[in-house]
Amino acid sequence: MTTSTVEKETKKFIKTIAIAGNPNSGKTTLFNAFTKLKQKVGNYPGVTVEKKMGELVLAKDRVVNVIDLPGTYSLAVRSMDEQIAHDVLLGKEKSTQKPDVVVCVVDAGNLERNLYLVSQIQDMQIPIVVALNMMDEAKRQGKRIDVRKLSSLLGAPVVPMVAKRQEGMDEMKQVVANGVEASYQRQWKMSPDMEEEIENVVKLLVEQSGMSRPEAFGDAVRLLSQANLPREEDVKSGRYSSDFVKVLRNIQKRLTGKGVRCRSAAIEARYGWIKWVVHQTVVDKNIKKNVITQKIDAVLTHKFLGLGIFVALMGFMFYLIFFLAAYPMGWIEAGFEGLASLIAANMPPGDLQGLMTNGIIAGVGGVLVFLPQILILYFFISLLQDTGYMSRAAFMMDRLMSKVGLHGKSFIPLLSSFACAIPGVMASRTIENPKDRLVTILVAPLMSCSARLPVYTIMIAALIPEATAWEKARVMLGMYLLGILGACLMAWLFKKTLLKSQRPVFLLELPPYRRPSFRAVIMHMWERSRLFLRRAGTIILTLSIVLWVLMTYPKSDSLEPGEALRGSYAGQLGQFIEPAIKPLGYDWRIGIGLIGSFAAREVFVSTMNIVFNLSEEAETDTLREAFAKAHWPDGRPLFTPLVCISLMIFFVFALQCVSTLVIVARETGGWGWPFFQLSYMTVLAYVAAFIVYQGGRIFGFT
Amino acid sequence: MLLFELELGQLAEIVCFVGETAVTQRMEEMGLIPGEEVKIVRYAPLGDPMEIEIKGYHLSLRRDEAAQIKVKRK
Repeated sequence: MTTSTVEKETKKFIKTIAIAGNPNSGKTTLFNAFTKLKQKVGNYPGVTVEKKMGELVLAKDRVVNVIDLPGTYSLAVRSMDEQIAHDVLLGKEKSTQKPDVVVCVVDAGNLERNLYLVSQIQDMQIPIVVALNMMDEAKRQGKRIDVRKLSSLLGAPVVPMVAKRQEGMDEMKQVVANGVEASYQRQWKMSPDMEEEIENVVKLLVEQSGMSRPEAFGDAVRLLSQANLPREEDVKSGRYSSDFVKVLRNIQKRLTGKGVRCRSAAIEARYGWIKWVVHQTVVDKNIKKNVITQKIDAVLTHKFLGLGIFVALMGFMFYLIFFLAAYPMGWIEAGFEGLASLIAANMPPGDLQGLMTNGIIAGVGGVLVFLPQILILYFFISLLQDTGYMSRAAFMMDRLMSKVGLHGKSFIPLLSSFACAIPGVMASRTIENPKDRLVTILVAPLMSCSARLPVYTIMIAALIPEATAWEKARVMLGMYLLGILGACLMAWLFKKTLLKSQRPVFLLELPPYRRPSFRAVIMHMWERSRLFLRRAGTIILTLSIVLWVLMTYPKSDSLEPGEALRGSYAGQLGQFIEPAIKPLGYDWRIGIGLIGSFAAREVFVSTMNIVFNLSEEAETDTLREAFAKAHWPDGRPLFTPLVCISLMIFFVFALQCVSTLVIVARETGGWGWPFFQLSYMTVLAYVAAFIVYQGGRIFGFT
Repeated sequence: MLLFELELGQLAEIVCFVGETAVTQRMEEMGLIPGEEVKIVRYAPLGDPMEIEIKGYHLSLRRDEAAQIKVKRK
């Protein structure tokens, strides 16, 4: 065979590459540079791990698939991320092709720890290319790396890169295009006793479970090093026979008897070899060991100054989200209202016009109106993440969050939820532990989002119309605090009961501060926002149409809109649930409002407008006055102070937001958790509103 | 002595782990293995967790985790 045919065959061979790497190694930067904007973001089936795929164009007619693996430090399969990365690499994940080449991104300034993953992937006998990223940073730190020697010691091509600036990109593409061969011999060795027993287990696994040798080796190392493996479900499912488990336990006993520390034997041997490799290839002059980062951290994580800056930064972010975003939000609203009236003027009145203006346009507008807030939020999150400040935020907030059993990393998602629970839930992806992440998702909607603001505003206006702005603001703040309190209580409760994990784990790398790339920040912001539009958009639109139908049909002869609404499906539904909500002080009209607010909470206000402004109290000009005049059939006033408070408290706790439910379903990989979330929050809201209303009545309030 | 008993900035060497929990192996994989040099860089503003330097990079962990690691001053 000539060289050219070999080359051709390898070329044909490479169809899929996977990008692996530690968190903070610049993995995503490389993926983006590889795939440009041709990316597909989704989830691995049934799990919360994000699946990112793309296409790399090597030449005109040569396109290869690129899989961006979740960033992990190891393939020890202890977390969902590690499990997915492990399964994809071995071709055991059904939704992806087995990669022909793995590009492992390595932080050149932190070679030792990064090579750990490289070594683990090599054990799987998959052809690997090492992307030696952030060479500029390593140079600045006074490190000189002998790339050729590193390549020969690892037995794999090593491409020095600065992915952020596209340096080394062409070389990397060339290496991938030429094909990589797996000619790997394991260099790191454990003690002879351990090696021998590992070999025994490998043989058993190959014979009994039909694993390939490389897979069996990784499995054997894992099984011997972790006392709680194999898991019970794997034995029950027949993956490992009970005889095998017995043999395994005996081997562990034997080894322990000989003084071998099974748990750490492989880790120490691997790191021992890596240390030798690094010693051979890196000249560390150690002139400036992240001096800049140390100086910045001395301020940003300072006892007082650090917290002050953090609070100020978060305050600034919220200022922009609430106040700056209000302008484009106003334009979007006005734009859609203009469009609706334009259509209304040019279309014959009737059902189709109603559907267009009140259903579709109102629905699309209802989604797009959140876009400015989401863009700003993601701009900040990307910026904080890319600079490295996000880790510091988690570092500073961990103590606070650990009080309710959460992780420092839960702070930003929960904070984001004040803008909108959707980006908050999506931001929870940074939390590695699935249980911590789930608890964060479950309590995130208890943070008062901006859609509750209009509801609070109108209810406070009805509650204390004569009060000063300052007094009103205090009530508003009270509602926010109530939400936070509820979130803390529920998080604590979930961690104690349902989602009890052994111990909260907090092992977080604090990477050096890095100058963010504006392009990457914008790209990340756009990618997230697009995801929001696609996921939430379709549902909100559908629901707006459904709600429009519910509120329009069956048609009544009455010319009074309020009367017509009463006869509609929504009105019937409101009357149907009236007995259930009467103990909270609400009548069927508020019931319609509650149902309508499922599309988005602020819809409550516009529904109330239809219910009151245009019904019996149609002469009144503002909603507040309509509220003041509304009464029960027996003449009692409807919106008593107690009802206003009860209603606000209901809104604090209730999950009236289909979009959030859809996102949670996507993020948790099924409808079980969103259904649970809806149930617990509805119960919480009902009970809280009930206690306030009935309790208040007992004490003689009205 | 245990890692969390170390003074700020004092260079020490990891001796071994005390006991075993679910995170022990993860810590080892992050480079906290016997013979490795370690030092506490700072504590978080609220007193916990702490930031340590290990294998040339910075890692943060809680006091509880640091209480599992036996070290000796260098």
